[in-house]
Amino acid sequence: MSAHDIDHSLDSFGDASASATRVTPGNALRPEDIAIQQEKPTDLVAQYALRLGDDALILAQRLSHWISRGPELEEDIALGNIALDQLGHARSFLTYAGKAWDKTEDDLAYWREEEDFRSLHIVEQPNGDFGVTIMRQLIISIYQHLLYTELLQSSDPTIAAISAKAVKEVDYHRDHAIAWTLRLGMGTEESARRMRHALAVLWPYVGEIFEDEDLHTALGDVAVAPSTLRAAWDEEFASVLADAGLEVPTVPYAMARGRRGEHSEHLGFILAEMQVLARKHPGATW
Amino acid sequence: MAAQQESGGSLSAVLSPEEQAGQDRFNQIIAEDSRIEPRDWMPEAYRKTLTRQMSQHAHSEIIGMQPEANWITRAPSLKRKAILMAKVQDEAGHGLYLYSGTETLGTPRDVLNDQLMTGKAKYSSIFNYPARSWADMGAIGWLVDGAAIANQVPLCRASYGPYGRAMVRICKEESFHQRQGFEILLELAGGTEAQKKMAQDAINRFYAPSLMMFGPPDADSPNSKQSTAWKIKRFSNDELRQRFVGMIAEQVKVLGLTLPDPELRFDEESGTWIHMDLDWEEFKAVIAGNGPCNAQRLQRRNDAHNEGAWVREAAAAYAANMARKTEVA
Repeated sequence: MSAHDIDHSLDSFGDASASATRVTPGNALRPEDIAIQQEKPTDLVAQYALRLGDDALILAQRLSHWISRGPELEEDIALGNIALDQLGHARSFLTYAGKAWDKTEDDLAYWREEEDFRSLHIVEQPNGDFGVTIMRQLIISIYQHLLYTELLQSSDPTIAAISAKAVKEVDYHRDHAIAWTLRLGMGTEESARRMRHALAVLWPYVGEIFEDEDLHTALGDVAVAPSTLRAAWDEEFASVLADAGLEVPTVPYAMARGRRGEHSEHLGFILAEMQVLARKHPGATW
Repeated sequence: MAAQQESGGSLSAVLSPEEQAGQDRFNQIIAEDSRIEPRDWMPEAYRKTLTRQMSQHAHSEIIGMQPEANWITRAPSLKRKAILMAKVQDEAGHGLYLYSGTETLGTPRDVLNDQLMTGKAKYSSIFNYPARSWADMGAIGWLVDGAAIANQVPLCRASYGPYGRAMVRICKEESFHQRQGFEILLELAGGTEAQKKMAQDAINRFYAPSLMMFGPPDADSPNSKQSTAWKIKRFSNDELRQRFVGMIAEQVKVLGLTLPDPELRFDEESGTWIHMDLDWEEFKAVIAGNGPCNAQRLQRRNDAHNEGAWVREAAAAYAANMARKTEVA
């Protein structure tokens, strides 16, 4: 019944070198395991992990707001579960990224400024109604599922291991989003109208997801260039929409440059809320 | 989270021969300390008492999510955020589980939910106090979940099967919740002056309300007798309360903090813990709806339900369409 139990729980993994064998695809990997690994990522690999981590963190922060506000109890649990999974992925990616710069996951989550975040605009978008949240989930979960599936082959063993855990969870997120897209798209006139609205609101931020950066080229087979996922994403997304009686919108993309630290106005508020307590007590541990 | 300790009175009516046989069998099951199952005959008052107690317990889980969900987005570390999310999610699960258990007594979940939203049904009064600081996450876990466990462990042996079995599972998770609460406080107590102060302040605010979770003093709890006879309740409110006080009186020493109770002591003669008098007028006022957050809690539940109406309607319409299509095919 003490904080020490938690600290000591790490002891059971033995010395840090032993952890190398834990980091293999298929092995459930925790941020604590990554923290005691000896290998440090290069700056470039860390920059890549930071992108994956920031997307997951901001999405988790957004989704967690649904807990106790869902349309039914089952959805409080489902969305909470998805948020928790995303937070888990974020913690692993941020822990790994931080090792390059001697920072912890919390240093990165709580003490970076807005322009240092590398998240996509789409994860920053407000939850809106349940339809907007589901549509955002559909867009992101199909993308993340394709991405993590490809990252199983990453030449960086830690990225591959985190992805191995994440892909199983994101598979469920995708099922959840598809099931609800069908129910809402084919449910009532009202729900179909809301889903069309959700698509129109979110579509402008889809383009950014698939934009390549120099870092993707430089990283070679460590990373996956997002543009290579686009065709598969388009096909899957369009097929779900067709089943749901919805159409892919024709609205143009917005100029979204989250990967360069140029964010929407939403991120400032998200961070203000997320970071407030930690920043009130510099140096404190929790 | 705790069910408010309550019970209903017994009905005395002339029984038909079938009912008399049912009553005899019921009495026998209770006497043997065995379990009543949903299809067994049971006295109406027993059904009513359990429906009220179990649904109040479920409502407490659901409303109890709010003060903690309040801190998920501001949790001061990612690990704490993850633990808190998991905890609040557990509570939704407990609520669902208990609603399902209550449904076995014949009242559907939407009716129970309506009773909650209209204020007709009660829930544990402690959730009508605000969770103002991060340390409240610790105090709620340690004191509120701790009191809930003290209440609920004996309920694992409750005579109604579905309730007893639900409590076994719930108690396991609650003990994890209590541990994480204590751990939050322990971390704060060993932290900066500001953190220590935050922890003490939370304990000061949650101490008395958590003691009230055991329900009114035995002398003012006339229905407890029937619940005890039915073996729903195993210990009196005061008995559980003093046991709980004894437990936290020891644990608070580990924290290096204090309980805000100048009268707290172990009485060697009676072998019981003595605590200060509690303000039962405040308790009644909060139960009656006049606590600091009653209106806010109910509003939030109503808002979530009302804003989700179109979603539930769509899901129902979709399911009906699918069923029709399957029929045609």
